[in-house]
Amino acid sequence: MDTFIQLTLTGLTNGAILALAALGFVLIYKASDVINFAQGEFLLIGAYLMYASIVQIGLPWTLGVLVTMVIAVLLGILIERLVLRPLIGEPIISVIMATIGLSSLLQAIVRMIWGSQPKSFPSFIPSDPVNILGATVGADRLWAIGIAAALMLFFSLFFRFSKEGIAMRAVADDQQAAMSMGISVKKVFAWAWSIAAVTAAIAGAIVANIVGVGPHLSHFGLRVFPVVILGGLDSIPGAIVGGVIIGLLEAYVGGYISGSLNQVISFVVLVLILMIRPYGLFGREIIERV
Amino acid sequence: MISGTFHTSYRSDMALRRTWIERLRLGLFIAFIVLFPFVVRKPYPIFLMNQIGIATIGAIGLNILVGYTGQISLGQGAFMAVGAYTAGILTARMGVPWWLTIPIAALVTAAVGALFGIPSLRMKGLYLAIATLAAQEIILWVVTHWDAVTGGVDALVVPPPMLFGQPVNTDFRFYWVIWPLVGLTALLTANLFRTHYGRAFIAIRDQDIAAEVMGINVFAYKLLAFGVSSFFVGLAGALIAHYRSIVTWERFTIETSVLYLAMIIIGGLGSISGSLFGAAFMTLLPAFLTNVGRALQGVIPGMDELIPYLQQASFGLVIILFLILEPEGLRKIWQDIKNYFALWPFSY
Repeated sequence: MDTFIQLTLTGLTNGAILALAALGFVLIYKASDVINFAQGEFLLIGAYLMYASIVQIGLPWTLGVLVTMVIAVLLGILIERLVLRPLIGEPIISVIMATIGLSSLLQAIVRMIWGSQPKSFPSFIPSDPVNILGATVGADRLWAIGIAAALMLFFSLFFRFSKEGIAMRAVADDQQAAMSMGISVKKVFAWAWSIAAVTAAIAGAIVANIVGVGPHLSHFGLRVFPVVILGGLDSIPGAIVGGVIIGLLEAYVGGYISGSLNQVISFVVLVLILMIRPYGLFGREIIERV
Repeated sequence: MISGTFHTSYRSDMALRRTWIERLRLGLFIAFIVLFPFVVRKPYPIFLMNQIGIATIGAIGLNILVGYTGQISLGQGAFMAVGAYTAGILTARMGVPWWLTIPIAALVTAAVGALFGIPSLRMKGLYLAIATLAAQEIILWVVTHWDAVTGGVDALVVPPPMLFGQPVNTDFRFYWVIWPLVGLTALLTANLFRTHYGRAFIAIRDQDIAAEVMGINVFAYKLLAFGVSSFFVGLAGALIAHYRSIVTWERFTIETSVLYLAMIIIGGLGSISGSLFGAAFMTLLPAFLTNVGRALQGVIPGMDELIPYLQQASFGLVIILFLILEPEGLRKIWQDIKNYFALWPFSY
C-alpha cells in the first residue's frame, strides 16, 4: 500500500508537470494549428533562466520567477513573429520542421551559454519529507502538484472570463469569423505563444527544483506527445487529464513491472489511441470534405 | 535560339533525359563521381563522399514517402536502425556473406516499414507524424533492450566485408560499393514515378480523397509507399553497418530522423536531385564548421568546445532560413540558375 501511494504521488507530480507543458502545446495548436516541437526547449529555457537569476545573479526567488516569466513572454512573442508568422499557410511539414529547427537552435544556444553539464538547483520550494498515509514524499512534489493545479485553474478561468481568453477561443473556433468580429488573429497567436512559453517555463522551474537543471530537461518535449494525443490535441481539459493519466501510468509501470518499460509505455499507448480514437478523449472529431 | 523543348517522337517525350544538355550534365556528373577518388587521393574527402552517398540513398528513400506520397515520417532513424542491425546481426552472428545481407536488410526494413505504415490507414498529416514518432521511440527501445539479439546498448561489431580475400571497407574501396548503389537507387526511383504505382503515390499526396474517388486503393498504396521507402532506408542502414564495421543505437535516434527530414526539405521535396543536394549540404555543413572552428582555434580560445554547439545551432538556423526564404529548397535554386542560363545572355 505504501508503494502504491508513493507511486501515485510520484505519478501525480510528473503528470502535473506534463500537463503544464502540454497546456502550452495545446494552446498553440488550438490557436494556430501548429505542433510545437520546441516545447521541451521552452521548459529547458525556463529552468535555466531561473537558475541564472537565482544562482548566478543572486536575485530573491520571487523576483527570479518574475524575471523568468517576463523573458519567457518576450521569447514567445519573438519566436511567433520571426519564425511562425512567415509560415502561415505553408504545408504542415514546413511548420513541423520549423519548430524542430527552432528546438535545435534554442538547445544549442542554451548549451553555449550554460554548458551541457547538469547543475544543482537551490530549492526555493521546501523539500522536507512529508508523511502521507504511510508513504514519504518530498514536500516539493506536493508543491508541484499544488502549483500546477492552481495554474490550471487560473488558465481555465482566463479562457472562461477574460476578454483575451474569449478572443483566443474564438480564433480557435473559426479564424475568419473571429477576424470579422474585430479580433486581431496576429495578437491571439502572440498570446498563445507567450502563454505557452510561460507555462513551460514554470514547469521547467518546478522540474529543476526537483531534479536539478541540465540539457536533459528538453526530453519533456517528446514526452508531451502521448499526453496531448491521449487528451486530444485541441482540448485544455484533455491536457490536464492526459497529463495525469500518463504520469500515473509511467509511475505504476515503472514501479510494478519494469524500470525501463516506463520510457516506452506511453508511446505504446499513443499508438493505440491513434488507432482507436485519433482525436483523443476530449478532442474534436474533424470531418474532412474535398 | 531555343524557345522551348518540342518532341517529335514518343520516344523522346518519354525519355528520362530529354535534351542533349541534360544528358551532358548527367555525363559530367557521372564522370565527376568516377574520377573523384582517383584525382583526390586523400581519405578524408573520399570518406565525406561516402557519407554523402549513403545519406543520398536514405534521403531518396525518405523522399519517396514524404516528398512524393505526402506521408510525414519521423521514424527514419529507427528504420535505418532496422536495416543496420539486420545486416550486422546476419553477418556477425550467422555468417551470411556481407553482400547478401544488404538486400536482405533492405527487404526486412521494407516489411517493418510497411507494418508501421498501418496507422496511416486512419490518420494523416500531424497525427501520422506523431504516430511515426512513436514508431521511432518504440523501435529504438526494442533495439536497446532486446539484449539477446541486438546486444542492447553495447556496440555491435561487424566483421569487415571481404572480396577476393581483401577487406572492402576502406574509404576508397567502399566508394565503389556505395556510389553504384546510389546510381541504382536514383534510376529505380526515377522510373518508379513513371509507372502507375508512382503516379498513384503522387495522386495521394495531392489529394487523398480525390485519389480514392478516382479508384486508387489509398491504403494499399500508402503501405506500398512505406514499404518502398523503407527498402531504400534499410539499404542505407545496411551500408552504414558494413562501412563503419560497428552498429550503435546512438546513430539512429530521433536526431537522425530529423536530420534526414532536414535533408529533403533543404534539398527539395519530391525530387531525386534534391535528395542528393540536401544529403551533400547536410553532410558538408558540419564538416565545414568543424574545419572552420579548428582553423579559428588559434584566434578564439575555447573554439573547439563550441564546435558541437555551433553545428547544432547552424542546423536549426539553416532549416528555419530555408523554410522562410526558399521553401522549395536547393533544387529550386539550381532550377533558377539553369533557367537563367537557358536564354543567356538574352534572359529577361
